[in-house]
Amino acid sequence: MTELFNPRDWSGQPGYIAPDYKSTPLRGPTKPLIPLPQTLSELTGPVYGQESVTGQDADLTRNGRRNGEPLGERIIVAGRVLDEDGRPVPNTLLEIWQANAAGRYIHQTDQHDAPIDPNFFGGGRCVTNADGAYRFMSVKPGAYPWPNHHNAWRPNHIHFSLFGPSFVTRLVTQMYFPGDPLLALDPIFLATPAETRDLLIAQFSLDLTEPNYALGYAFDIVLRGRTATPMEA
Amino acid sequence: MTKLRQTPSQTVGPYFAYGLSPEQYGYQQNLTSIAGSQMAEGDVEGERIRVEGRVFDGAGNPISDALIEVWQADSLGRYAHPADPRGSNNTFKGFGRCGTGTDPRNRFWFDTIKPGQVAPGQAPHLNVIVTMRGMLLHAFTRIYFSDETANATDKVLAAVPAERRGTLIATHQGGNVYRFDIHMQGDDETVFFDA
Repeated sequence: MTELFNPRDWSGQPGYIAPDYKSTPLRGPTKPLIPLPQTLSELTGPVYGQESVTGQDADLTRNGRRNGEPLGERIIVAGRVLDEDGRPVPNTLLEIWQANAAGRYIHQTDQHDAPIDPNFFGGGRCVTNADGAYRFMSVKPGAYPWPNHHNAWRPNHIHFSLFGPSFVTRLVTQMYFPGDPLLALDPIFLATPAETRDLLIAQFSLDLTEPNYALGYAFDIVLRGRTATPMEA
Repeated sequence: MTKLRQTPSQTVGPYFAYGLSPEQYGYQQNLTSIAGSQMAEGDVEGERIRVEGRVFDGAGNPISDALIEVWQADSLGRYAHPADPRGSNNTFKGFGRCGTGTDPRNRFWFDTIKPGQVAPGQAPHLNVIVTMRGMLLHAFTRIYFSDETANATDKVLAAVPAERRGTLIATHQGGNVYRFDIHMQGDDETVFFDA
């Protein structure tokens, strides 16, 4: 008996085509997906553990420094990676990227007229421990305009990429901040069904907050869990 | 016990490159890449191949900000993962990642080895994740090879309507190069899976 992974929770996921997010109508698949039985190809996946993280990869307030500290409000983002049964997902890689405090990405194609911070890169990674816990240090990303519609602004967010235990547990998502008025106007956030949107919003946490240093935000991530069904040969 | 809901997916957006593929895009001074286009290093056993292609949107235009990830077995059909009881006895990790924003023609490419058969009846294949700005969740597909007779017995290919099967097959271009274009929409829309 090999445990398979639960299907994607389609009722809680955004669709491929979300007309208000104007890049989707020409880019999302339109034909029905073909069911794929889970074989060894799906039950295995890339293995990137602690050896793939070095030095200050998880501290975005340090990994881009040239001649000083990055500007902005220092934050700690921490949480656990769990499966649908609440079991920790240990030793899995998280990769993150974000705008700087002014809302500017270091990426060469970001032409937003806001300053680049010479001491902030905006990318990092870490690996969960045996309890599925992870922790990043960073600065709070700024909001920025985007060309989706007139006066469109993305809410503050951090991009997250995870592998989990197999190829089918892969997740790419975004973490938002509580109380952001732009959330109610953002077609990307709003493409998510209302019942699962809150799962994308971190919670302010005084427990994670470090006195005289940085505000703490808690963000747990839930990946596809397992079901006890035999693997197809 | 009440199940937790899966965290929803969100788009990778246009600026993933420095976080996910920093060396390919020239950001290696701050962050190394965990994986790239060069998948088969040194003395890894197997037939060296290049798989390359472009990603087209529904208007037929090549997409310059897609991210393609591949996951594959080694030349003996073994995955370097604990769930494969055979393991892999070489250094081949089996994972590649390439954005379409650095090639002048917006190609992705992987220099790798041809995977072996994972199990009898299965044809050699790469497992593929396609994502980009404008996709709120990634799509799964597979790359098979046009010169493999095992394609005729592969159950996954057999489950695909015959007229769409060709979208999963990379064509041998001569030498060691296979071409695999991905069409997000249209008459030639690539088969995507609910995996």
